[in-house]
Amino acid sequence: MTYIKPTKKAVLSIRDIVKRFPTADHRYLTACNHVSLELHQGESLAIVGESGCGKSTLVKVIMRLHDATAGSVLYDGQDIIRFTGEEKRQNYRHMQMVFQDPAQAFNPKMKIRDIVCEPLYNFALLSKAEAENRAKELLHMVELPADFADRYAANMSGGQRQRIAIARALALNPDILICDEATSALDVSVQKKIIDLLLRIQQQTSLSIIFICHDLALVYQMCHRAAVMYLGNIVEVLPAGYLKEAKHPYTQALLRSIFPLRAKGECEVATLQGEIPSPLDLPQGCPFQERCSFCMAICRETVPELRLIGREHMVACHLLDVSEKEVKTEEIE
Amino acid sequence: MKNLTDDKKLFYFYTILVLLILSVAVFAPELAPYNPFDANMKESLTAPSTAHWFGTDKLGRDCLTRILYGTQTSLMMTIFLVALITVVGTLVGVLAGYFGGRMDMLLMRFADMMLAFPGIVLAIAIAGMMGGSVANTILALAVVSWTKYARLGRSLTLKIRECDYIAAAITCGTRPGQMLWTHIVPNILPTVVVTAAMDIGTMIMEIASLSFLGFGAQPPTPEWGLMLNEGRQVIQTAPWVMLFPGLAILVVVAVFNLWGDSLRDVMDSQRAN
Repeated sequence: MTYIKPTKKAVLSIRDIVKRFPTADHRYLTACNHVSLELHQGESLAIVGESGCGKSTLVKVIMRLHDATAGSVLYDGQDIIRFTGEEKRQNYRHMQMVFQDPAQAFNPKMKIRDIVCEPLYNFALLSKAEAENRAKELLHMVELPADFADRYAANMSGGQRQRIAIARALALNPDILICDEATSALDVSVQKKIIDLLLRIQQQTSLSIIFICHDLALVYQMCHRAAVMYLGNIVEVLPAGYLKEAKHPYTQALLRSIFPLRAKGECEVATLQGEIPSPLDLPQGCPFQERCSFCMAICRETVPELRLIGREHMVACHLLDVSEKEVKTEEIE
Repeated sequence: MKNLTDDKKLFYFYTILVLLILSVAVFAPELAPYNPFDANMKESLTAPSTAHWFGTDKLGRDCLTRILYGTQTSLMMTIFLVALITVVGTLVGVLAGYFGGRMDMLLMRFADMMLAFPGIVLAIAIAGMMGGSVANTILALAVVSWTKYARLGRSLTLKIRECDYIAAAITCGTRPGQMLWTHIVPNILPTVVVTAAMDIGTMIMEIASLSFLGFGAQPPTPEWGLMLNEGRQVIQTAPWVMLFPGLAILVVVAVFNLWGDSLRDVMDSQRAN
């Protein structure tokens, strides 16, 4: 597979995003804890992590489906978190989202033609007369036959629905596409086709994509960079092709937990020990301290900062303070 | 599969009965043998005979004629009433459910306030204050009945609002008005319509009871509740004056209730498939 090389211009800057949900007993659930991340133009960035680590909340904050508690998201020099009303609505012309469950993402009473053209109607970019042709073009783009336009989403397979979701999201030619586990509800063979489709579209346009993903093998193969989230914190950001050289104990543990395709004899799949702490009472210090086998005294006291340790490689771990020098030389060679 | 077709057959059967009743209402002037308002004191309180199948009332008016015309009055009033409370109640509920917050608080507390009164007593008070007439009966019953649809509309909207397709519609740049009209209302409509259909029978009864009590249609309007009241005074000597309007209410209410139930069954089995 050939990739276009991303240019290093940041198209979206997520800065210090905090999202806390108030709970019934007047405590706070911290879903995102000072998350900072940049999305480069033409890049595919994966956000990986366990269920409940705040990945989905983060993208919902970016898409303004949740309001952030603090922080900013810069697009084109403007903080889109501050947008309200019409300004907020207009911003959706630049960023779109594909949802996780294709069975739930469509109004059951609408035909595919109206579904894929809806964003265009909403921004008055399409008249009813042109809809027929535009719907066909959009279906063609996602490799579906034109006669699907008259169907309802209920009569389609998961893979077909996800193509429709992509067609709807790309109807406005957005700069940014967010895929919230867009393939996890699909068969493996269909997953591959959907991903190939997205990559092909990315090659043709300068689309920047954020993938939320569980599947590290998929991330390794198809993304430019990966950001690893744990308990609302970004613990490591690195080029996806270098995933195997991850430095953070959590990323390493994630990598060890993958089943190899061809296991020789006994296959050892290491699982993480201990439970993921409740996001209701975040521990003081490093979020990963309870399950980390290298936990030191300092980890229990201060939160490690995300620091650049190599080319495009950032890690938040105190272990690297200790062995910083050797890491750096290893990474750069 | 057998169940589905059985449900459908029953539904078609009751639909035919409902259509029969509706055509009786529409064609009452053609079907009725006499004029419903023509008093003929010579034939006061005559028993059912070939000339007057259902007998005559105190003023000598033909009971069959008045019952046929009464279908018109009752159904017109009921359809108006059910349409009014369905539209108003659902609208309030959808607004409260979708916008939430202060709007929800305000609208639903108001609905709760209405619910705190016993329905028919409040309706009597309102109809009594405004004076008995067809329009006032509808208004009085609407005031006490819309809350049910507001609560239904609100809970259905709350459920749908969490669906991904609403989030997707937001990210597609859908404006709030458009959101309610194309994404929320069409998806709660089936449940609302079934509830409304099942309410028709109840509303026929409530309209008849208000008229019976003297707060609804006024004489000489041919209305079943009113006819019951007129028959009440002569029940010992001329029971047919009360019997036939009572039977008419019984049959029509039963048919509409059964139709509503079978509509619900058909919708449920369709949803299950």
